Amino acid sequence: MSTISVLQEGPVNALALNKDNSQVAIGGRNVFKVYSIEEDCFKEICNLRASKHLNLSFSCNDVAWSSTDDNYLATAATNGHVCVWNLTKSGKAMQEQVYQEHKRTVNKVNFHSSEPYRLISGSQDGTMRYFDMRCKAAVATFLSNTESVRDVQFSPHMPHTFAAVSENGSVQLWDVRRTEKCIQQFTAHSGPIFACDWHPEATWLATASRDKTIKVWDLTTSKPTLDYTIHTIASIGHVKWRPQRKYHIASCALVVDCSINIWDIRRPFIPFAAFNEHKDIASGVAWRGDSQVFLSTSRDCSLIQHSFKDASRPASKANIQALDISTKGNTLFGMRVPVSTNTTKPTGLMRKSSTSTISDQFHQSASVLHQFTHVSVCNDLSSFEFLAKNYILYGRSFPEMCEHNAAVAKECGKSNISTIWKIVNTMYGELYVKIQAMHNNGGLNLMNNVDASSTEKKNNDVVGEAAAAQFSSADDDVEGEDQVDHTAVANGYHTYNKYGHPKGDFSFGENELDLELDALSIDYRNGMRNQNQLQQQEDWTLPNEAFNIRHEIRDRSPPPEQFPNNNSPDFNDDSHSSTVDEQPTWLVSVSKIPPMPIWDPSASLIESLKHHAEKGDVQTSVSVLIVLGEHRKNLKTLDENTVTHWLMGYIQTLERFRLWNVKALVIELAWIPSISQMNQQSTRINTNCSQCLKPLQRSGWLCDRCHSTDASRCSICHQVVKGLYVWCQGCSHGGHLMHMQEWFSKNKQCPTGCGHLCEYR
Amino acid sequence: MGQIPQNVSINCPLEICPCQSTRTLFVEAFLQNNRLDHVSQVMGYHPSYLDNFLKTQNFILRGDGPLPYDYRHYIAIMAAGRHQCSYLIQLQKQEFLVQGGDQSWLKGLHCIPQKLRNLYDINKILAHRPWLLNKSHIEKLTKGKDSWSLAEVVHAIVILTHFHSLCSFVFPCGVNQELDQAGGYRYPETLQMLNNPGGNSVAAATGVSKKSSDPKDIPIPNDTRPTAGKILNGGRLNNFINKIGVADWTSGRTQNQSPPSPTEPEVGISTLMQRMKTLSEQTQECTPVELAKRFENVETQSAELGAVGPEPQGTPADIGIFIEDTQFIYQDFAKRDEHQSIPTFRVQDYSWDDHAYSLVNRLYNDVGNLLDDKFKTAYNLTYYTMGGRTDVDTSRFRRAIWNYIQCLLGIRHDDYDYGEINQLLEKSLKTFIKSACCYPECVTKKDYLKVLREFKHSEKVHVNLMVLEARMQAELLYALRTVNRYMTN
Repeated sequence: MSTISVLQEGPVNALALNKDNSQVAIGGRNVFKVYSIEEDCFKEICNLRASKHLNLSFSCNDVAWSSTDDNYLATAATNGHVCVWNLTKSGKAMQEQVYQEHKRTVNKVNFHSSEPYRLISGSQDGTMRYFDMRCKAAVATFLSNTESVRDVQFSPHMPHTFAAVSENGSVQLWDVRRTEKCIQQFTAHSGPIFACDWHPEATWLATASRDKTIKVWDLTTSKPTLDYTIHTIASIGHVKWRPQRKYHIASCALVVDCSINIWDIRRPFIPFAAFNEHKDIASGVAWRGDSQVFLSTSRDCSLIQHSFKDASRPASKANIQALDISTKGNTLFGMRVPVSTNTTKPTGLMRKSSTSTISDQFHQSASVLHQFTHVSVCNDLSSFEFLAKNYILYGRSFPEMCEHNAAVAKECGKSNISTIWKIVNTMYGELYVKIQAMHNNGGLNLMNNVDASSTEKKNNDVVGEAAAAQFSSADDDVEGEDQVDHTAVANGYHTYNKYGHPKGDFSFGENELDLELDALSIDYRNGMRNQNQLQQQEDWTLPNEAFNIRHEIRDRSPPPEQFPNNNSPDFNDDSHSSTVDEQPTWLVSVSKIPPMPIWDPSASLIESLKHHAEKGDVQTSVSVLIVLGEHRKNLKTLDENTVTHWLMGYIQTLERFRLWNVKALVIELAWIPSISQMNQQSTRINTNCSQCLKPLQRSGWLCDRCHSTDASRCSICHQVVKGLYVWCQGCSHGGHLMHMQEWFSKNKQCPTGCGHLCEYR
Repeated sequence: MGQIPQNVSINCPLEICPCQSTRTLFVEAFLQNNRLDHVSQVMGYHPSYLDNFLKTQNFILRGDGPLPYDYRHYIAIMAAGRHQCSYLIQLQKQEFLVQGGDQSWLKGLHCIPQKLRNLYDINKILAHRPWLLNKSHIEKLTKGKDSWSLAEVVHAIVILTHFHSLCSFVFPCGVNQELDQAGGYRYPETLQMLNNPGGNSVAAATGVSKKSSDPKDIPIPNDTRPTAGKILNGGRLNNFINKIGVADWTSGRTQNQSPPSPTEPEVGISTLMQRMKTLSEQTQECTPVELAKRFENVETQSAELGAVGPEPQGTPADIGIFIEDTQFIYQDFAKRDEHQSIPTFRVQDYSWDDHAYSLVNRLYNDVGNLLDDKFKTAYNLTYYTMGGRTDVDTSRFRRAIWNYIQCLLGIRHDDYDYGEINQLLEKSLKTFIKSACCYPECVTKKDYLKVLREFKHSEKVHVNLMVLEARMQAELLYALRTVNRYMTN
């Protein structure tokens, strides 16, 4: 049996299989056909809408096929008619009975499973009617006292009983012989129930509702018990138990979700199997007597036979390992472990048979949870928090923000990040705009005669010179710029971070830098030896700074030529010949000071941001991007997915640090729709009145029902708390935040005197 | 709630209101809006409905939602502009400014952000010909620069439909400008109001000019009977209507004295009740073909009904700035140009309960519950009275009105025999309903007084409420079906 489908001329509302599951009838507003199900296709047997006298009785909400006689079909029409069709006849005579008794649309018809000729209907007018096909009128009418009946179904276990579910969320059980009152009634859902289905074997009734749940009720006793609840993502329109699988049930949604889900009711959050063939919502499901094959209809005008082997298995794809890292760096890791059965070791054969045939039996499983404690104290964490809180991301001019953020970064010792901010400022600040303007004026005549590594060189030149206009010391800028350019080159030097770290800063005067130079070169020479030791100290710093500073220094104080000579052997040792090659040309061109070219720093910036992100520091990348604002459009090669990942990463980290305000700000400032929409989700939670349990909707301190403010009084000053109310979850007493703080700074017990030892942190 | 004494202390204005639940609601409305606006006062006839109305309105304007607050009020202004409802525009302008809206936006549509401007197409279509709305409109909004998220679109749609249909209540009830609005206050020579100096507190409570002072003229439904929302007694009622109604209605007149229109003798309530009885006894069903024909008949007949009054002469400049394309107005569904491509909307294929509710709740918090309650209350509201008669099953009459309104907008209920409409709603009432629904700006207090002369005011207000709700539901159905289609494909 494979997946086959056939397309109809209009949306299909319902389907029904005949008793030996070889034919299927489908009905909708413009469709009413019978197909026989062949090996690999559907064959149309009969089109009941071929008749000339089409009318609304042909527009079905539901179709049922007699479970005893293959020739009889019943339909529920949108105009309130219940029609019985005899397939042996033709033309107008096919419509054997038309019951025009319901005042409103009929939602459902259902044949009795054993007695021929008997069927029941449920309608929008709130009544159910019981028909005998041999009579011209309904045999019995049942008043549900609700606005409308959405589904009716005869019980397969008790021949005279049927279940009806209705708009107001109640389930009724009726005895067909007693029309005056239902045998049993209970409220099952908080919204309209759209469907119900009796379990073929157990005395379970499944109900599906607009409140996005499927509930399984055990009706063995007089008091129904709720055995299982499945949470779905959309309102459920239909449910059907899977034959031969006690715990499986198929469901299809009424809106939004087009797939048909098969649930294992013991696993209520993730479907056991899903079928995604339909392009619009599915409107009906029928199993072909077999657990492996079922048919479905949909509003996308198709009828499909699904084979279970083609299902996607969301449950089996679910990750069975879980990992979380706390803000303190502690790690929890849970995973499933193979179980060794505690009985005698089974032979391979036995084991195989048990797993393959009865797959939905319980099996033993075990899992382990590991906790890893972070030992070494990592100062990243505190600085992350500090930076997140103190960065300014909006509301000031671009250079101001950069300056501020650079200062903030420096303050917590992240001078490399601080440098990034300054570089960004330089590259995209006013100056950049100025250069662009100049470029547009055509004030450029540049450089055909530059050699191999020319692009990079040009870049250097521009900024170098541009910076000269702004800063007293041109060289500082060159340093900064260069740092970015060489990111890729310097990747091999992670271990030297330490050197670059304290020095990469604009604000150093000449003298300081000279001092640093000495320190640097010493450090550098020692670097190789101390590599292992240094690795432990590696953290946020840019790897390439070691080199940048050398460039800068070379450029500045001593005659430049000497410097490369000093250092190049080291470079070669590290097989970074490219770096070495570049330097001479670079130096030469600076000395020439060519006319100012236009240069787009985006590539380098992207490179640098990516580098940070890869090192786990999305904070810098995201903050820089946010501050860049309009300049972001220059970063054309940075694709949106990557940025979305960074943003999500940053937002999640902020969440873990409970920096809600910063998180909200980042979401607000995010320019990617999928992120900024996160703030459009409501996060409101109403507290309930402590007396009548009604949600306090208008304000948190006055109950509209009992007009009491008792629940919101401060236990210390006995006034109504209208601002932040803090309470103990143990004894539920609380009050003004400040009062409680004050109280618990001196006392341990609850201020009301209830004796509870509240824990205030 | 118990019997409320007639002569209560005039120092406490709230005690004048006889009905406990209405009173509580008025307090709530006052707290919400910093005024007890005329709309709430008129709705006070039906406290159970007013409750839902206030909750919904408060939620969509001030509750949780994806749109910024100033946007919400501006969207309300745009919506009210479609029917040139200066009353609502003024109120929303104030709210807009209170929410910190940019004052320059109030200079007109050319001053607002492109994002808001993009909404205007949907506003226009939904207000007048909702059946023209299609996927491409939603797509235009949600793609490209200044794009809307789907949640925002749905929020905007709810606000738009709310205010479109509120216009269908404001005009037909003859609700006047608030007293602090331009044209809202007249020195009341005819109203004999200035004789009681003790009532200042009343005026303060309603947030209006202190000169409207006599507490017995408080425009609140005034129920001497114990049950909520029952009928007013004659004298008080006239005062009430005077206060909020148009000024040319002098206080001495009672409704029964208004001369019957010579051209159209109105069908009396007794006849109406007789017809309802016959209909409910009628068991013989007609053929479905006949039913379909009847639907079309009602549709085409309604197309022949004109608006009750002449169109308002021109648009005042102060509201004209919020309107674009004034030529785009209601066109009869039966006369639509797109007869082929736009079929009748079958409520059985996309209903509020099954589909629209779930969708709106999904995209915009819990607004579905509020709307659901509001629709249900409006649809099921009844006091089993009709005129002076009690214990009347009014369901047929109400259903006829509801379905007639939706039929005007091209929505068909498969299970309804539209022949009933012609039997239960006489031509003058149909004209009134059609005007109220499609051209509310043409309806005045006079038209309100002319129809349903044997009915009580509370019942007439009830009819207007049904116009409001049935229209809002119809617009929402069209809009949400379109959103649904946009989402599935």
